Amino acid sequence: MSNRNYDELKETARKIRVDVIRAIHEAGSGHPGGSLSATDILTALYFDTMNINPENPKMEGRDKFVLSKGHAVPALYATLAERGFYDVEEMMTLRKIGSHFQGHPNMHKVPGLEMSTGSLGQGFSVAVGMATAGKMDGNPGRVYALCGDGELQEGIIWEAALSAAHRNLDNLVLIVDWNGLQIDGKVDDVKKVTPLSGKFQTFGWHVINVDGHSFPEILAALDEAKTVKGQPTAIIAKTHKGHGVSFMEDQAGWHGKAPNDEQFRQAMEELGGVQ
Amino acid sequence: MADVKKIATREAYGEFLVEEGAKRPNLVVMDADLSGSTKTKNFAKAYPERFVNCGISEQDLYAEATGIALSGHVVCASTFAMFAAGRAYEIIRNSIGYTGANVKICATHAGITVGEDGASHQTFEDLSLMREIPGMTVLCPADAVSARKLLEAAVDFDGPAYIRLGRSGVPVLYSDEQAEKIQIGKATQLREGSDVTVIATGILVADAMAAAETLAEEGISARVLDMHTIKPIDAEAIIKAAQETGAIVTAEEHSVIGGLGSAVAEVVVQNAPCRIEMVGQKDTFGESGKPAELLEKYGMTASDIVDAVKKVLK
Repeated sequence: MSNRNYDELKETARKIRVDVIRAIHEAGSGHPGGSLSATDILTALYFDTMNINPENPKMEGRDKFVLSKGHAVPALYATLAERGFYDVEEMMTLRKIGSHFQGHPNMHKVPGLEMSTGSLGQGFSVAVGMATAGKMDGNPGRVYALCGDGELQEGIIWEAALSAAHRNLDNLVLIVDWNGLQIDGKVDDVKKVTPLSGKFQTFGWHVINVDGHSFPEILAALDEAKTVKGQPTAIIAKTHKGHGVSFMEDQAGWHGKAPNDEQFRQAMEELGGVQ
Repeated sequence: MADVKKIATREAYGEFLVEEGAKRPNLVVMDADLSGSTKTKNFAKAYPERFVNCGISEQDLYAEATGIALSGHVVCASTFAMFAAGRAYEIIRNSIGYTGANVKICATHAGITVGEDGASHQTFEDLSLMREIPGMTVLCPADAVSARKLLEAAVDFDGPAYIRLGRSGVPVLYSDEQAEKIQIGKATQLREGSDVTVIATGILVADAMAAAETLAEEGISARVLDMHTIKPIDAEAIIKAAQETGAIVTAEEHSVIGGLGSAVAEVVVQNAPCRIEMVGQKDTFGESGKPAELLEKYGMTASDIVDAVKKVLK
């Protein structure tokens, strides 16, 4: 694992961020903040950790990823495109009528999606179901789910967290995209969810804290999760909403808003994208 | 009807699961801490490795059921109707419904015949909520024999279904031979008649048959349809009933808002307008009591059907 090319991963993540901003600008609506905070995590999963096959999205024994924070789907669409599931230009129809690229993911419309999400909390519980089935079937595939920290305010998260620990689902990894912001402002002001590590630990989970924009840290945590036996792993990834575009960074206002033409030009300049 | 054998549809469900478990290695059964009441415990004993108890977490139950189904299993996931269709509604809509996952929501203790537990546990809204969901098949068996057949049909197709089951014993109406002919989406005509059609579902089918008997003594010929499938509704049988008998009474252990009565009315007004009277829970909560007492107090008995027929024929 020491011969990992982190620069290459960074370059991939940069391209994904460009595609995310292009698609949301093109659509005129969408969720750039939470897409950009999750981009490095998705890049790590799809370009290193996960056993998947773009030629055969339904491959037996594959690893599965569920985007529980479904509003960050532009980042997942762009990741799947970069990974070769389809041409990136296809996702530029994002949110347009008749497009396969829905505002929140529809698993039947885009190859590589494992679950339709959008209503918060459910995707994580579905992932617990997938991991449960995996154990039942002796399936070698692992299950990964990504939640936002605001999303942890949903009750179903804690119902499912209990289930996963109770069933010793060591084939399950939850990654929390801890960007600290939700629609109405700071998570700490709206309804505090911290301390996260302590919560998951007392729920029976193995917990790892990482910088969610550091590939060495994210990948080390994902490696460690594979070695954990008898309990599920929660990776608490500290991130910045809007990471990579200076004026979006750590701004709740960029949760669900498309950049205007001027902002788009500036974002492309910062990300080194084509304009 | 005094000597008729009574079996609860949930009992049929429990037996069905054990037999089906032997035939279907990919059948997974789930519950939320009510396995003794819903009868999934029978399956849990026979196939513990394919039984998942989610504890008292109905939202988690149906989201997890989706994940297990999407992994290649057919899942029967049970709790009381109130907590399935009610508490977990949006999970069922967005996770099971929207993905078309192969989950059979086998909900027991529906309606007022839950009895002594009272209003918090008496669901009158489930058929309405479930039939709103695109692609959801909605079944409401009348007795234990037809319940078995409908459950078999439900696990035979790939896709979501809601099956409404009851707590209390109900008379066995179907012979095995009649049950063999049951098809999802096709009403069963249990009695021929020419003056009026009583379209009933669930436990009120037995009352519809009793009412038809009483009406016959008074010279009124009532056709009785068991509308065991609320969705897809058998529009053909409803239109035929409207055209041939000219009047319809619906009967259900469910609110008159949104359930069988509404489903029948939707078909009738668009195709063959005729008078309709609806027997069911009248936009009010229930209360504690014995099932028979409650059915009488809230107007869901054979005599209420007789009264409705007389009203619709006026």
